[in-house]
Amino acid sequence: MSHHLPHEAQDGPGPVRGPAAIVRLAAIGAVVLTAAAGFAYTGGWLTPARLSPERVVDALEANNGQHPGFRRNHAKGICIAGTFTGNGTGPALSRASVFTGAEVPVVGRLALAAGRPDVPDETSPVWSMALRFLPADGDEWRTGMNNIPVFPVRNVEEFAGFLAATRPDPATGKPDPAALQAFLGAHPATAAALQAIKAAPAAAGFATATYNGLNTFRFVNADGEVAAVRWSMVPEQAAPSGPAPSGPNYLFDELIEAVRQGPLHWRLVVTVAGPDDVTADPTVAWPADRQQVEVGTLTIASVEGEDTGSCRDVTFDPLVLPAGIEPADDPIPAARSAAYAEGLRRRDGEAKRPSAVQVSAVRVGEGG
Amino acid sequence: MNARFTGPARLFHWLMAVLILAMLFIGVGMVSTVSTRYQLLVGIHRPLGIAILVLALVRLGWRLGHPPPPLPADLPAVQQALAKLSHYLLYFLMFALPLVGWGMLSAQDYPVQLWPGLHLPPILPASPMLYAALRSAHGMLAYLFFATILAHLAAALMHGLVRRDRVFSSMAP
Repeated sequence: MSHHLPHEAQDGPGPVRGPAAIVRLAAIGAVVLTAAAGFAYTGGWLTPARLSPERVVDALEANNGQHPGFRRNHAKGICIAGTFTGNGTGPALSRASVFTGAEVPVVGRLALAAGRPDVPDETSPVWSMALRFLPADGDEWRTGMNNIPVFPVRNVEEFAGFLAATRPDPATGKPDPAALQAFLGAHPATAAALQAIKAAPAAAGFATATYNGLNTFRFVNADGEVAAVRWSMVPEQAAPSGPAPSGPNYLFDELIEAVRQGPLHWRLVVTVAGPDDVTADPTVAWPADRQQVEVGTLTIASVEGEDTGSCRDVTFDPLVLPAGIEPADDPIPAARSAAYAEGLRRRDGEAKRPSAVQVSAVRVGEGG
Repeated sequence: MNARFTGPARLFHWLMAVLILAMLFIGVGMVSTVSTRYQLLVGIHRPLGIAILVLALVRLGWRLGHPPPPLPADLPAVQQALAKLSHYLLYFLMFALPLVGWGMLSAQDYPVQLWPGLHLPPILPASPMLYAALRSAHGMLAYLFFATILAHLAAALMHGLVRRDRVFSSMAP
């Protein structure tokens, strides 16, 4: 190399100079710019009207206010833990290892569906149960369910529209009823879903509510047979008799007391779609006579406040699915998964503030 | 003298060029969508990232045993230095991005699923602050990777179309 000769340095025809070089440089610039523009388009920077995870989470923050460190929705909750044991019928529908009958550890969260972490319990009629099933083989399943019969919107665009229509007016602090009426007029599916939600019987408390998965997934069994399904957690305990509890955290207080008295149980009921049932629209309930298969029992044996419990930093991402459970054509789980990831990215980088529900770990039989 | 990269080096280069560009577009697309494409893109992103990590390991091993042809001696020293720096950076990012991605899923306490039923073990403890830092780093490093690839592409085309030296042909398929 120290003895290089000019002819060694250029195997080709030699440099292009003058106007021809300018043209070629411009062509190179065009190639690079085209690649950069394609990247920017794919990232959504050239289409600001396109809905993104950021915009969905921004919309939640616009409706609920800024509450750093907390979940952007379902913000007030408590960690729960226990087990799930399959009863042997699940494998006919899904080969997921959670259904084999072994006792599977479960951690999860019960929460109000409200987006503010400090709301009094009485103001939030919608509650959620979110679960992580942690079978020994590592094939984890996460699911979130709500105590309503159907979901209010068909897709994430409608969800964003619904949030906009129910956004509190900065002047009054309340949503504009006319905006909601206009939205419902344009979205009869949401109007019908809200009617169904209103008409459903209300549960007395967290322990006695039925939590419905609302979205449709596909169960695949060991023979490769596929079924479109939805699932629900149906409580075994009845509403307690005695004086109605009170206080801003009465739902949580009652739950903590119930776990102190004894374990809580729910039956996991899988509903199989009929051949003509809609699977892509979670505002539509399936007919009541569809095949329902009880596949096992959830036992909740402890509760713990979010400040020390194991649920605060978890996204109950509905696309964390074991082999044997797959997404269907319902568009909501993918939107949830994308938006949860964005919400987690935000809150995990924020300093944590104490939960409104303060309780150290309480297990069955422990005195208060 | 060796005027061209070896056959395996050229194969690694062009195969990984396709995979890495696909990966960067999938990544930037998936974090910006709430459509049902999200699940498909995430489903490709994770196994493809691990595939790139494995390929990067094999490629680095090959590269260490097979030095590349020298740059033209008449190339200005600044450009020589930039070329060297950019190649170190490209190799660094080929390893850093998949490892940061794997690490951030670990810190998030999220299953590192390659496809249904196949999981990798976590490589970091679950930690929300660590997750937030790694998630930001993953995005920033991806933008740096794409920018470096654009610079690499522009420089390669400069060599091939304007300087017309042997640099472009040394890696041409």
